[in-house]
Amino acid sequence: MAILESIKSLTELREKLKAKQAALSQKDNPQSTIQVKVTMATCGIASGSRPVYDFMKEELSKRNIPALVSQVGCMGFCYAEPTIEVTMPGKSPVIFGFVNTKKADEIIERFIRKGEVIDGVIPMNYETA
Amino acid sequence: MARQIRIALRNCGVIDPERIEDYISRDGYMALATVLTELSPEAVIEILKKSGLRGRGGGGFPAGLKWEITRKVQADQKYVVCNADEGDPGAFMDRSILEGDPHAVLEAMTINGYCTGASKGLIYIRAEYPLAVERLKTAMKQSREMGLLGNNILQTGFNFDIDIRYGAGAFVCGEETALIHSMEGLRGEPTVKPPFPSVEGYLKKPTNVNNVETFANVPVIINKGWEWFASIGTEKSKGTKVFALAGKINNVGLVEVPMGTTLREVIYEIGGGIQGGKEFKAAQTGGPSGGCLTKKHLDTPIDYDNLIAAGSMMGSGGLIVMDEDDCMVAIAKFYLGFTVEESCGKCSPCRIGNKRLFELLEKITQGNGTMEDIDKLRNLSTVIKDTSLCGLGQSSPNPVLSTIENFIGEYHEHVKDKKCRSKVCKSMMQYLVVPEKCIGCTLCARNCPVNAISGERKQVHLIDQEKCIKCGACMEKCKFNAIIIN
Ligand SMILES: Cc1cc2nc3c(=O)[nH]c(=O)nc-3n(C[C@H](O)[C@H](O)[C@H](O)COP(=O)(O)O)c2cc1C
Ligand code: SF4
Ligand code: SF4
Repeated sequence: MAILESIKSLTELREKLKAKQAALSQKDNPQSTIQVKVTMATCGIASGSRPVYDFMKEELSKRNIPALVSQVGCMGFCYAEPTIEVTMPGKSPVIFGFVNTKKADEIIERFIRKGEVIDGVIPMNYETA
Repeated sequence: MARQIRIALRNCGVIDPERIEDYISRDGYMALATVLTELSPEAVIEILKKSGLRGRGGGGFPAGLKWEITRKVQADQKYVVCNADEGDPGAFMDRSILEGDPHAVLEAMTINGYCTGASKGLIYIRAEYPLAVERLKTAMKQSREMGLLGNNILQTGFNFDIDIRYGAGAFVCGEETALIHSMEGLRGEPTVKPPFPSVEGYLKKPTNVNNVETFANVPVIINKGWEWFASIGTEKSKGTKVFALAGKINNVGLVEVPMGTTLREVIYEIGGGIQGGKEFKAAQTGGPSGGCLTKKHLDTPIDYDNLIAAGSMMGSGGLIVMDEDDCMVAIAKFYLGFTVEESCGKCSPCRIGNKRLFELLEKITQGNGTMEDIDKLRNLSTVIKDTSLCGLGQSSPNPVLSTIENFIGEYHEHVKDKKCRSKVCKSMMQYLVVPEKCIGCTLCARNCPVNAISGERKQVHLIDQEKCIKCGACMEKCKFNAIIIN
């Protein structure tokens, strides 16, 4: 990354990144893709989120499903770790709890591929500043 | 329905903490840029003061005022310290912020440096937080590469850099003067305040110490304005507070709620209620320095002042929920045990007094207590509070005082009736065989680890109370519910 030389260059970079981010979730945007976030804070990792992260990354690509898999910090649902959040383009994010590789497989095959409603969804109960 | 609002946790679970681009896309470093190019240090401090932000590390001291005091002291060098020692048992708010959004803390510390006139920041972090340390290091490297940390930040001529210091592994090192001594390579012991660190701190230079969560609020306040922040919360406690919900609650986890949310909303609406549908008994806030809130506090809006009035304190945000199976005398003993371990030993009320409190509680839980002992607990607690040097000793009797205040009946039962209604204090219990139900299968006798059970096959068995260690193995094994606790 290049050195930012002023508030202007920071603002420009932010706008560029924001636009890129927004495009990811827009339904008909050619840049859009499925986003998968895996909680990888100490608590998530301790309850087994790393294998889930690896599984998602490898299997989605093996199964030819274009997606952006990333690690994030704590979503706060300790009781249901490991948790992952899946956002389909144009839809609201859905959070799943108690995810192991078996559940991850079900999420890929049924929720992502077929759009079915599956259990294990955690209700989103906060708003973000 | 009670709502969570995430300010300090705004990016946790949203961004990849190892990608500065993610942080920037969510307005990261905009507050710093605005501050450096458009605002004077005084103006920033004014914004913070008007926002009403108070310290989230325990004391609740107004953040803007602290920054102003540090700014006003004349010195050739000043320091900014982020307190990431987080020693309360069961608390992990700060760890989550550092692991989920490390740039927020770096940005806020840099803003603090600009306001107070410091060019150096130090993060004092528990050695038990390796992932947080790693993510902080990654974040620092990235922000240096982009000219957002280090020399000549955003080409404005302002220099500020940050270093990491590892905690010494003691609870008392979270106390700011002990923390500073620990960083200086001295023993992690507190010293008398004043002088406050803002006036004379690290290497005798003015040092602004703030907690992780306090810092994490700052960039948002600059970006969204103090009016917005001050519109959330109660009259004297603005914004939100992150709580680590633990204990007998269904949804154990991290929540961030507006100040003024009630305990009932936190426990029943956000926390999903008590495990197994049992009855709520108490909630401990403020960790070992706090006290318990009871049923009568369920509808009290949680803020700094109401918690103090209820005999507890905000503390760093641990919230441990207890149900009917928890014995309040045993809870007080648990916290005192922690304090006795963690007292640095510098002053006698805390070093010796807490030990005596612990022994009295032990005596009561073993069924040997007297009514006088309860009075002794009260008096000694007051003396320790009044005469200890630092916050640890000054607050350590709180769990004793608040359980006596709210659950005096349970103390009386332990002392007078030699009974523990929650069946926690084992010394007072007896495992007994009900002759009518026992068929003499010998299962219990074979499973008793100390051979305390005797009886012939097909005969009623008997538990030798002298030998019994109250492990409960027999009761678990018996298929006929023939063993009961008296
Ligand atoms: C025994 C003891 C332990 C403390 N532990 C912590 C801690 O782990 N983290 C923290 O931020 N503050 C802790 N504090 C409070 C600090 O002394 C200090 O008030 C705080 O870091 C100031 O930051 P704030 O104003 O942003 O809350 C502790 C205080 C005492 C007396
Ligand atoms: S009150 Fe306790 S922890 Fe604090 S200085 Fe005295 S002995 Fe040490
Ligand atoms: S296990 Fe129960 S039934 Fe069997 S001998 Fe012991 S008390 Fe009697």
